[in-house]
Amino acid sequence: MRVKENSNISASPHIRERLNSGDIMLMVVIALLPATGFGIYNFGSQALVLVLATTVTAVLSEYIYEKLMHKPITIRDFSAMVTGLLLALNLPPTLPVWMGMLGAVFAIIVVKQLFGGLGQNFMNPALGARCFLLISFTGKMTYFVYDGVTGATPLADLKAGESVDTMSMLLGTIRGTIGETSVIAIMVGAIFLLLLGIIDLRIPGTYLLSFVIFITIFGGHGFDPQFITAHLCGGGIMLGAWFMATDYVTSPITKTGQIVYGICLGVLTGLFRLFGGSAEGVSYAIIFSNLLVPLIERVTLPKPFGKGGEK
Amino acid sequence: MGLLTFKGGVHPNDGKSLAKDQPIKTLLPKGDLVYPLSQHIGAPANPVVAVGDQVLKGQKIAEAGGFVSAPVYASVSGTVKAIEPHFNATGSKVNCIVIENDGQYNEVKYTPTRPLEKMNREEIINLIGEAGIVGMGGAGFPTRVKLSPKEPDKIDYVIANCAECEPYITADYRRMIENTKELVSGMRVVLKLFGNAKGIFGVEDNKKDCIELLKAAIKDEPRMEVMELQTKYPQGAERQLIYATTKRAINSTMLPADAGCVVDNVETLISIHNAVLRGRPSMERVVTVSGNAVVKPGNFLVLFGTNQQELVDAAGGFRQEPEKVISGGPMMGFSMFTLDTPITKTTSSILGFIWDEVSKCPTTACINCGRCVSVCPSRIIPSRLADYAEKHLEDMFVKYNGMECVECGSCSYVCPAKRSLKQSIGSMKKIAMANRKKK
Repeated sequence: MRVKENSNISASPHIRERLNSGDIMLMVVIALLPATGFGIYNFGSQALVLVLATTVTAVLSEYIYEKLMHKPITIRDFSAMVTGLLLALNLPPTLPVWMGMLGAVFAIIVVKQLFGGLGQNFMNPALGARCFLLISFTGKMTYFVYDGVTGATPLADLKAGESVDTMSMLLGTIRGTIGETSVIAIMVGAIFLLLLGIIDLRIPGTYLLSFVIFITIFGGHGFDPQFITAHLCGGGIMLGAWFMATDYVTSPITKTGQIVYGICLGVLTGLFRLFGGSAEGVSYAIIFSNLLVPLIERVTLPKPFGKGGEK
Repeated sequence: MGLLTFKGGVHPNDGKSLAKDQPIKTLLPKGDLVYPLSQHIGAPANPVVAVGDQVLKGQKIAEAGGFVSAPVYASVSGTVKAIEPHFNATGSKVNCIVIENDGQYNEVKYTPTRPLEKMNREEIINLIGEAGIVGMGGAGFPTRVKLSPKEPDKIDYVIANCAECEPYITADYRRMIENTKELVSGMRVVLKLFGNAKGIFGVEDNKKDCIELLKAAIKDEPRMEVMELQTKYPQGAERQLIYATTKRAINSTMLPADAGCVVDNVETLISIHNAVLRGRPSMERVVTVSGNAVVKPGNFLVLFGTNQQELVDAAGGFRQEPEKVISGGPMMGFSMFTLDTPITKTTSSILGFIWDEVSKCPTTACINCGRCVSVCPSRIIPSRLADYAEKHLEDMFVKYNGMECVECGSCSYVCPAKRSLKQSIGSMKKIAMANRKKK
């Protein structure tokens, strides 16, 4: 048989790895399911409704925006779903549903699409929206109930100098946002992503390590395992380190840059948590560091192979 | 000790099992033979025959057109039918000498060569140059030039590129199995040129049998060594191979000789053996025909100038219309729109596939995942460079080391957004190089 007239001509390489961007995003969604599931189990049906409403709104916002702008529809790449889900996991379960939906619209339209859509946003959309909600509806966003009892999160207790139960913080049976409470559920998803090679330890590893070093030096407790464990298990640091600091789009592409970025995150989180007005600091640390990414990349460009050789 | 390797690279499905166990078969062409005058890097060769001339197999039909050039020999006996442009495998039209094959294979009387021990450097290099040998791994750089560095005594290593890291191709593999002696002999010739050099055979560890055979063949050769390399693409890229075997790193501004190395591919070394010890010019090579569209994948000893369709027919033809036909490997080869093009000095394989992965992969937005950075053996930032290239920011492209790209295609291979990174970077490299020459 002869070669057909219209056989495909393209530049090499002629083979491609199977994995595409949509697969990666879908894996992230799957990795978030343990934390989501636990959040719903922990906080009940109001959490379920908020998660669904926020996620669906995020996907719909992307669809409608792209439709109106006559752009190709990209909701099949699951990136809007990841944003919606991450945002929901960062909200208190008692938040009015419309606020969650407003946050999703803000994340997709303002933070992502207005800057050019997937890959062009300089700030993590879910965190951008969370901070937007936190500033707009501070009361609702910092109102935490657990088992019908209103109160402070363990992290806030810790800041106030009270003792906390690290075991329940590890399990997640505490006050907090929907997805941040259970360290175990988050780690299950994180290990899944690590094993698949979708994330590596560079950013989360240096983030957590530099955070621990920072609070050991400046936390006033010295090297106190109880204090450090409470800080690592409390608030959004685990969800942030494994799922939001590792966001490809808003983190450095250079390997050394990723380490520098991790250190920035650790230091800023420590600074905000220990010396800031609020007990929390992860969201601001991440969006702040997002802004530093272009700079970090510029100073951490790898030396090309063979440069610095004989000539 | 871990296996020798470089940093970066990818592990595509190697597809070698299709043709790996097929012994080399000799193909005698029936149709016309077409000899491009440009089968190498450098000036095209100048024809020394005219239309209507009778030629013998092994007769020179075109002489080197400059210092960086190579002569061309007839691989059959017959009549010169035309000197006219034909398509080559990369899709451009080049001037070719067309010879009508008389099917007799009458050969010229080859001048017998003197024993290697008695030959001097100049004599050996002349034989290699006159034989028209060029780098047969794909680049086609005239071997005579490669073997004439300014300071031959400063060459520490002669590296035989036995990596064959491109998927599907098994030509070098078969050569190593069936022509071990000739390969080692070719190395002996090159080592004779470089008195202080050590000969290294760099073989990927998926070819254990070759490693054993080569080790046995060089046991009485104190100056030679077999090195086992990790199976990884592009282990056989010149810079990566030099690094893996000697830990010396060269960049785009350097030649292997600057790092005291000379690299020659398996087929080239065998041609050197044939030229220097048997007086035969470069007329033939082993070509793999493979891919899932081919009925009987195999390895063939093919005369230069043979029509590619004839070779595919010798492998049983295509079982169904192929979606994509490639000259060379799937990572760096050229897709072809016609098989009516000749086998040249640099054709290592013809691959036919019943699907085309690339056309099934729509490009989406870059998500900055950094996979291209992880696999890049040149340690540059392919995604950014492709952006600069696509926006025609030549200065930025050069500033951020775009010229260091070796065009291995690993970045395009892994890209989850299916961007044609290598294509963009490669095009801009060509533009930048052309502009550099203008200055």
